[in-house]
Amino acid sequence: MIVKLIDFLRDRLPLVIRLSYVGLALLVVWDVLFVSKEHAHTAVEHIPGFWAVFGFVACVVIIIVSKWYGHLGIMTREDYYDN
Amino acid sequence: MITDLWLHPALILIVGAFILPFLPKWLKRPYLVIVPTLAFLSVLSMQGQHGIYGVVRFLDWDLTFGRVDNLSMVFAYIMTLMCIIGTIYGLHVEEDFQHIAAWLYVAGSLGVIFCGDYLVLFLFWELMAFASVFLVWFRRRPESLAVGYRYLLVHTAGGLALLAGLILRYQATGGDLSFGPIGVGSPSLSTYLILIGFLLNAAVPPFHAWLPDAYGEATVSGAVFMCAFTTKTAVYALARAFAGMEILVPLGVCMALYGVVYAVLENDARRLLAYHIISQVGYMVAGVGIGTELAINGTCAHAFAHILYKGLLFMGCGSVLHMTGKSKFSELGGLYKKMPMAFVFTMIGGLSISAFPLFSGFVSKAMIVAAGFEVHNYWAAFLLTLASAGTFLHTGLKVPYFIWFGKNNCSQETWAKAADPPWNMQLGMAIAAFLCILIGSYTPYLYNMLPYPQIAAGYHPYNTYHLSETLQILLFTALGFFLLIKKLAPEPTISIDLDWFYRMGGRGFYWLAKKPIQWADSCVSEGYRYLGLIPLMTTAQFWSWFDWHAIDGVVDGLAKTVRGVGSLVRRAQSGQLQYNIFYAVSIVAVALVLYVFA
Repeated sequence: MIVKLIDFLRDRLPLVIRLSYVGLALLVVWDVLFVSKEHAHTAVEHIPGFWAVFGFVACVVIIIVSKWYGHLGIMTREDYYDN
Repeated sequence: MITDLWLHPALILIVGAFILPFLPKWLKRPYLVIVPTLAFLSVLSMQGQHGIYGVVRFLDWDLTFGRVDNLSMVFAYIMTLMCIIGTIYGLHVEEDFQHIAAWLYVAGSLGVIFCGDYLVLFLFWELMAFASVFLVWFRRRPESLAVGYRYLLVHTAGGLALLAGLILRYQATGGDLSFGPIGVGSPSLSTYLILIGFLLNAAVPPFHAWLPDAYGEATVSGAVFMCAFTTKTAVYALARAFAGMEILVPLGVCMALYGVVYAVLENDARRLLAYHIISQVGYMVAGVGIGTELAINGTCAHAFAHILYKGLLFMGCGSVLHMTGKSKFSELGGLYKKMPMAFVFTMIGGLSISAFPLFSGFVSKAMIVAAGFEVHNYWAAFLLTLASAGTFLHTGLKVPYFIWFGKNNCSQETWAKAADPPWNMQLGMAIAAFLCILIGSYTPYLYNMLPYPQIAAGYHPYNTYHLSETLQILLFTALGFFLLIKKLAPEPTISIDLDWFYRMGGRGFYWLAKKPIQWADSCVSEGYRYLGLIPLMTTAQFWSWFDWHAIDGVVDGLAKTVRGVGSLVRRAQSGQLQYNIFYAVSIVAVALVLYVFA
């Protein structure tokens, strides 16, 4: 059943991707129009879509900084410690 | 002499472990489930029975084995529960000693959780290290032995820091060994030494490299145990003694980010999860550092949730390793058709650790972040939120994607072997997955157990703002992941971490031992040969001649005796320098301890 569901979605990949973009957009619209900001801790959180931008930038920064750091020589061949 | 009829759950596990090898085969499987269940029931029976139990008089000290209060109860509950799940997951393992090692390890953790003084704490602390190392050694790969010794070496060093700290504390306080809030307002050398001992087990950088090293190499079911007990027992010890110690906040935040960076680089699924333990324990360490009631609640809640979802993730990736023999992303991929159940369970673990609404991380992690915002520690709170984007990025997305989807890197053999794991492994995962969802969906289950239940009851994670915030962070992280997926393609590399210093330093020591020390050693041996053995043998030969020629038949055998003594002396005096150093150091250490305590 699980495999069938996954295959069903994979067969319609372009549609799934398009629907995902629509979902993301709706999430931001919902946040901007309907979510009360009374629980916000800081002023910056009142910027519309703040956490969406935060999540995306965080992801990109983590990937790029980590990979940059890794390629400084931290990532090395697998038999590095072998004699 | 036990003060009351109180059964220590660790005792159940220890006695149970030693009976196991003597049981007939048909009884073993039920027995393996019954013993941890009894330990769990003994913890349940303590609910509402707060107090001090199991006080034993030993020399000059009253040793406390059973302090039952809110803090110890929540940890004991989850530890014994995880012991049941882990044992069920490892039910197919036929080697008794693996189960014995695992149970003794859990017993060590429970001993620490219930202890009331540092002596008992130290005893069980060491039991944990020495029992758990077998979970690495039983993997039986050529490198397992070396990894185990490194693990032991690091933990022995941490244990010595702890021992030194508690001896200094014993002297400074005039004989106080009780284990409680240590006085973080006026820290002394002993405070820092004890702190280092705890931080090492909590895998706080720079004392963290043992963790991915050992957990990536442990047996499949051994790793499920290891990922739960050592670090979370250390979190318990920190919460008990160091609540409100401010330095723990930056340390915790650094940990949370450090784990994320290395998890991105990692190619081995179980090492990735191990790095991610460091990241998650960072939240707990930061929570202890914040130290408010909400923060301590959050620390305990997150430790509770973490043990289950991290156990579940290790079970999921472990089942891939168990079935295919592979755990590297560069040797896996596309397995959803072959291992769908393992995928679903791992995904539940991934969603829980990423704090998706309705999953356990959502109700626990948020408490620590909220505590940070509440004390206006904004940079800590924002950086922890940043780390949680990283969590979803690699545990919720990278692990499932590159094992079950992505490019199929499986060899023909791997692909042929891949299938969902045996029933017991699936049952273990199912129980953990159920609990992850229960905790996330029905908050009173966990919140009523926390050290400050009133504060917890006043905390509501399910408000629209928090929902919207979390969903935006997570889903836009997913967007970033899929846009940058090419950058994340698995690379067959290892990452150099701080264990470099002792792994390469070890080589320096080896050289030192091989060249100068061995040279001195052989000088001593040679000198001994000329000054000791040769005269001895000459004398013996003389007596032999004397015997043979002069008093033949009178004292027959004397020469043989002398020769025998000569060779005995030679054997005892091996002349190896390291033995002489070892004996001398041991005597000095015993004399020191006697001097301090006498």
